[in-house]
Amino acid sequence: MSNTTQLLRFITAGSVDDGKSTLIGRLLHDSKSIFEDQLSAITKTSERRGGMGAVDLSLLTDGLQAEREQGITIDVAYRYFATPKRKFIIGDTPGHEQYTRNMVTAASTANLAIILIDARKGVLTQTRRHTFIASLVGVPHIVLAVNKMDMVGYSEETFDTICADYRAFAAQLGLHEITFIPMSALNGDMVVERGENLNWYQGSPLLELLENVVIDHDINTTDFRYPVQWVCRPQTQEYHDFRGYMGRIESGEIAAGDEITILPSGRTTKVKEIVTYDGNLQRAYAPQSVTLTLTDEIDISRGDMFVKSAAMPHASKEFEAMLCWLSESPLDLSRKYIIKHTTRVVKCLFARLEYRVDVNTLEQHSSATLNMNDIARVAMKVQQPLVFDSYIKNRFTGSFIVIDEATNNTVAAGMII
Amino acid sequence: MSNQPFTHLDVLESESIHIMREVAAECKNPALLFSGGKDSIVMLRLAEKAFRPARFPFPLVHIDTEHNFPEVIACRDKLASDLGERLIVRSLDGSIKKGTIVLKNADQGRNAFQSVTLLETIAEFGFDACIGGARRDEEKARAKERIFSFRDEFGQWDPKNQRPELWDTYNTRVHAGENIRVFPISNWTEMDIWEYIAREKLYIPDIYYAHEREVIRRDNGILPVSHLVQPRPGETVEKMMVRFRTVGDMTCTCPVESHARNAQEIIEETAITRITERGATRMDDQTSEASMELRKKEGYF
Ligand SMILES: Nc1nc2c(ncn2[C@@H]2O[C@H](COP(=O)(O)OP(=O)(O)OP(=O)(O)O)[C@@H](O)[C@H]2O)c(=O)[nH]1
Ligand SMILES: [Mg+2]
Repeated sequence: MSNTTQLLRFITAGSVDDGKSTLIGRLLHDSKSIFEDQLSAITKTSERRGGMGAVDLSLLTDGLQAEREQGITIDVAYRYFATPKRKFIIGDTPGHEQYTRNMVTAASTANLAIILIDARKGVLTQTRRHTFIASLVGVPHIVLAVNKMDMVGYSEETFDTICADYRAFAAQLGLHEITFIPMSALNGDMVVERGENLNWYQGSPLLELLENVVIDHDINTTDFRYPVQWVCRPQTQEYHDFRGYMGRIESGEIAAGDEITILPSGRTTKVKEIVTYDGNLQRAYAPQSVTLTLTDEIDISRGDMFVKSAAMPHASKEFEAMLCWLSESPLDLSRKYIIKHTTRVVKCLFARLEYRVDVNTLEQHSSATLNMNDIARVAMKVQQPLVFDSYIKNRFTGSFIVIDEATNNTVAAGMII
Repeated sequence: MSNQPFTHLDVLESESIHIMREVAAECKNPALLFSGGKDSIVMLRLAEKAFRPARFPFPLVHIDTEHNFPEVIACRDKLASDLGERLIVRSLDGSIKKGTIVLKNADQGRNAFQSVTLLETIAEFGFDACIGGARRDEEKARAKERIFSFRDEFGQWDPKNQRPELWDTYNTRVHAGENIRVFPISNWTEMDIWEYIAREKLYIPDIYYAHEREVIRRDNGILPVSHLVQPRPGETVEKMMVRFRTVGDMTCTCPVESHARNAQEIIEETAITRITERGATRMDDQTSEASMELRKKEGYF
């Protein structure tokens, strides 16, 4: 469908000072997406900070006072721009290890991650960590940007060495389809324009790639999954008997008349109507938000999931998952936590800590607890059954968050195996 | 079927509906902040799409500065009554009478003081979630904020310590006295808003469209003449074709020169403008580099 303007969500990631924020600034600047008042505001700030005449483009995303004081990114900044081909939502993530959880936040919804490397420094721990996280949360497309090429004389050899290093690490994670681009975010080479300095590079500059990468397949279009969000009972004269199940189609599609199974109860029924504010539909697809009415009266509430019977998800009180621990307080194996999975909230226990992964070597170590930024494989038990797919099959029904009941903080992100 | 017959607006719309339904389902006592401005009118349509044929599972709440354009207040009341939804209005004048807001002079800009009345209203009704129409493209501090943004018992936002927000799995939990601000149109841009207004044929206050108005030039901006803004000695009143890109406090909201008479023409102007929405229209945002961040830390939307 060529008349569809697609929305691409991408992030920048990588180690501290690799130039992530500068790259976003450059991309916005060279695609004429910076407004005059924004440019004049950051020009003033750059001058006040005694910059050497050049405008510090990282100020476009580093909008918090604390970030500007320290010259670092602390939390994700979201920016928006459009070209005639596409609309983009950018998440500029922090490189500091301390703020890894904010990188995870942005990565979880991204179609594409640009991992930056400082050409002088090569692959660093944080490069590996972010690559590992990107692969864990299943960011479908990875671009490796070797930045600051101006500082290494635009050397093709340096670029090749770094790419080989990175490729070796990425292969261990099963990441094979990576696009490599040399660039200078500072000078703009290979960002929007090709520039004069990297003529040996045959590939396309970054923006061209972002405009053309195919994202149609990023969503699971086969398995119908519909977590019930809200039961609609208008109880008005006109809609006296109306009972609709509101939700978003997380994957697959549904048509009026289709047979569905309601999980975890396992009862089956048919879809009577697909109701929307704009009228009833014959058929609806992910990621549409709709209201379904059914042919039978069945006891259904929030947290139940409608599925089509061809491909059934699992329903179980026990499962294993990869976990990113995001909280400053370590995991306490003796405590109960809360899981939010699709529209269901249940108590959980960590039955076993299988292993913790060393992000540098990808070696597995046994561990008695988890600290902030640790990545581990765990076995979990929940109070009531969850209806899930493996994360690899379905990003929506395979993911969950862990909440600490005492503080209400989100302490971990989980991906079901 | 791998092709999705959706435009980016459909994707954004569905995301917003999903967010509103999460609030309805998980929060005990939510409210929808509604001002009569274009973003909140879009929010009303999204709420209709999220909850009809039922009524909204939350009241509409307006924190009225009493510095609003009369056309906006008229539109606010008309929409609330057309929809048959409950509208709660709390005025800054109430807080001023109580002494919780102390103005230096009666006509000064009131945007910053909205936080006080908002927090008082939250306490009065015990709201645990307030749905707002802020967008991340509006301002650099907003660009950093989560969709479900936690506020402590003082209403404060702590930008250095936000909750992680994974996938579309939102953490809505708060303890008594704390609350969540929810921004369903975080990912919408000014352009998306206008395209949606055009597509949905939304009724908005007519001051958003070009009209002739008396203005004066002050502090690098043009200000609409009103009972609150009168020419000072040396200033002259001019007539100009203008429209408003935002409609806030009359004492500090500037119109822009324009001939756009409908949403389609505004879309065309928006496509070529070189100034951001707030940069062109809000004098109070320009007082310091971090005005919005500071206000948010004090409980602002
Ligand atoms: N020479 C050169 N310097 C660059 C380039 N890109 C960025 N820099 C500089 O590198 C420094 C760090 O840039 P940032 O964009 O703030 O780095 P970052 O990756 O966003 O840092 P964090 O977000 O804190 O992790 C700044 O001084 C930039 O001007 C480049 O291509 N060449
Ligand atoms: Mg940065």
